[in-house]
Amino acid sequence: MNVCVFFQNSAINNLCAAFFHKKAFFKAILQGFSISTLLFSEKVVPLPSVTRNVLSMTEEIKLLKGNEAIALAAIRYGADGYFGYPITPQSEIMETLMEEMPWTTTGMVVLQAESEVAAINMVYGGAACGKRVMTSSSSPGISLKQEGISFMAGGELPGLIVNVMRGGPGLGTIQPSQSDYFQTVKGGGHGDYKLITLAPASVQEMADHVVLAFDLSFKYRNPAMILTDGVIGQMMEKVILPPQRARRTDDEIRKECPWAALGKPANRPPNIHSSLELDSQRMEQNNLRFQAKYRQIEANETRGEEYRCEDAEYLIVAFGSAARISQKVVDMARAKGMKIGLFRPITLYPFPVRELYSYVGKIKKILCLELNAGQMIEDVKLAVECRIPTIHYGRLGGIIPTPQEVLDKVEKLQTEQQ
Amino acid sequence: MQHEIIIAGFGGQGVLSMGKILAYAGLIEGKEVAWFPSYGPEQRGGTANVTVIIGEERISSPILNEFDIAIILNQPSLEKFEPTVKIGGTLIYDGYGIQQAPVRNDIHIYEIDAMNTANDEGISKAFNMLVLGGLLKIAPIVSIESILSGLKKSLPERHHKFLPMNEQAIKRGMSLVKKITN
Amino acid sequence: MTTVTETTVYQKPRLMNDNPMHYCPGCSHGVVHKLLAEVIDEMGLAEKTIGIAPVGCAVFAYNYLDIDWIEAAHGRAPAVATAAKRLNPDKMVFTYQGDGDLAAIGTAETIHACNRGENIVIVFINNAIYGMTGGQMAPTTLLDMKTSTCPYGRNIALNGYPLKITELLAHLKGTCLVARETVHTAAAIKRSKKLLQRAFANAMAGKGTSIIEIVSTCASGWKMTPDEANQWMVANMLPFYPTGIIKDETTNS
Repeated sequence: MNVCVFFQNSAINNLCAAFFHKKAFFKAILQGFSISTLLFSEKVVPLPSVTRNVLSMTEEIKLLKGNEAIALAAIRYGADGYFGYPITPQSEIMETLMEEMPWTTTGMVVLQAESEVAAINMVYGGAACGKRVMTSSSSPGISLKQEGISFMAGGELPGLIVNVMRGGPGLGTIQPSQSDYFQTVKGGGHGDYKLITLAPASVQEMADHVVLAFDLSFKYRNPAMILTDGVIGQMMEKVILPPQRARRTDDEIRKECPWAALGKPANRPPNIHSSLELDSQRMEQNNLRFQAKYRQIEANETRGEEYRCEDAEYLIVAFGSAARISQKVVDMARAKGMKIGLFRPITLYPFPVRELYSYVGKIKKILCLELNAGQMIEDVKLAVECRIPTIHYGRLGGIIPTPQEVLDKVEKLQTEQQ
Repeated sequence: MQHEIIIAGFGGQGVLSMGKILAYAGLIEGKEVAWFPSYGPEQRGGTANVTVIIGEERISSPILNEFDIAIILNQPSLEKFEPTVKIGGTLIYDGYGIQQAPVRNDIHIYEIDAMNTANDEGISKAFNMLVLGGLLKIAPIVSIESILSGLKKSLPERHHKFLPMNEQAIKRGMSLVKKITN
Repeated sequence: MTTVTETTVYQKPRLMNDNPMHYCPGCSHGVVHKLLAEVIDEMGLAEKTIGIAPVGCAVFAYNYLDIDWIEAAHGRAPAVATAAKRLNPDKMVFTYQGDGDLAAIGTAETIHACNRGENIVIVFINNAIYGMTGGQMAPTTLLDMKTSTCPYGRNIALNGYPLKITELLAHLKGTCLVARETVHTAAAIKRSKKLLQRAFANAMAGKGTSIIEIVSTCASGWKMTPDEANQWMVANMLPFYPTGIIKDETTNS
């Protein structure tokens, strides 16, 4: 199968190619690596606890819902806390955690908060202590969390937020949607900030992205989001969970996160976490520091996947569940002789701009498939500088397009004028 | 060979768990599997359906517009999914509660009298196992051994005493399914 | 020659730094800050304490006490404190909040943190007005009291009643010590300090949530001299918000 995952680093590229070769993949599993360690070990700050307290070296392949995979991966990662509030279609995340009772094993705190607002502020508080903390919700709840996310970005605090999207606006529907793309990658809350955004397209990636999102958020001291939807959250697939690591001790946290508010020893100044700066000169400097960090993230952390793109004349660009549908559409169209491939951004912020731009001059038209009214298409057009005609197809309000429906649109690419 | 299956009926008939057991069995046999349910309030009393895909290759879309096999357990589901069976595909239905039998003649249609049998023989809890038996008789996608291992995995320990009853129900289901020719 | 023995009778608390305070002359915040600095140091908690600062006049509390601080979003201090304490059970976590922060925008967080019995201390400064934003009506503003958003006086039909949130919190099973004091006299300051000491001890002993309300003045917001403000507080605030221990379930346990 012609699948290629691209990264900035060519050594990683080779590893990734190997990952999609089944044999190498399972060999890696037998050697006791989690997929994410295998993929990202060179890019992520080394974590000393990886080798310690590994429960089993040969990991069992489990059949899990995407939501369950997120919960279990968080425990395995050595997360310190989860704070959430129930909302469909993601309640299994907290339900799984409560059933697992990780406070009796790893010591992970799990708390049902009084609201989404309280939950994100609990994450803010935990993060300020240098702890690995997370929350999850679905679209209406994520809207409520935006203030807290902005405070985390402004206070340069790491943490994981999971959005299992449903159709809006308002209370909307509980069925899957991708209509929070703009909210997630274009700000969401107030102020000039960016949210590292990962878009898993499988249950395996739901688990892997917990590890990746936490690692990236601590590496850059910036909140990270897993942006998924009811399709990936509710579906069950095979998954290998990351190996069990121990939670970091306070001493380890003080060493790795010298900024953590864990009580002030006599020999250092107070650690103060605040996004407030009334001196505009200094506030501008803070903003410039954030912007420099975002440029670094954009240069180093783009991730994506290309499927049957080598000789492609047409391209579908899609993320998450829409990319899964698109993969089938590509196979169907290829069977009919159409040269088409799939470009799947895995990081929505940073958006894989350079990788997509490399198709300029090679691709006749792009179809951007989204479960929304046309949001990522703006980033696609920007990435290719409008030099490839790009059209959008999407369904709204919780309707998921069928492969046949998308195939019809794809076939029209060949005939219809832009 | 990839099997794309839809199982549809009323909430509470064990539609989702039937799909789960099938997916577990596929997992045990080292196959690629995906299980995608309808979710939300319609599960309680309304219609419920689940897509199960079992195959050798990496699975692409969990959303499908046509299926190799449809297992239909009520009238609304028959109306919704009969047109989605691929030409030459298979439709299995339980006649209980079906007023308008399937009409297509370009697919293989089977009936299984599972609901009446389950009620008559006092094994109403194993209704979905009867249906699963019927499916395996027509399309041996996975082995009975794998189904039983899958069942063991998806059932809590305290319910393992019901495993022999389920095994019998699967075998009983195999004898219940019969071909309908239009 | 006679020898003079010097005895220190008073000194600036060790945990208070030299940053000039931004508070107005006559403001109660400075006194309460000093009490906290003394209590934390005297109880040996300086290296264990995490303070949660509010939005409001005390937003810069973190500039004055040399401990670790987390500045919360408006009203969310009890949620921030909940996580800080649960993730660090051996630490001393307190919030410092004004009436708008605690009793208006943060009512849900306040009530639920207290209802869960989080092992934290909530220091509640009630001066019946929004000081930082320029003297608007607070949930605790008295009836007929004038502010910039109730310029003709607080009116029941328009604004509802002043909220006795401390009494409300005393009804919750999760709270162990609920008390109200002032800091306008030396005696009141002593009583307030004792309450804070007991509250901090409760949090470290895992007895539940302690809420210490300090009825305070806002000379600027009330448009009075500091002395007039103290007199007005005694004459008008204290009859409605009487001082004393409202709930104490710590003595027998």
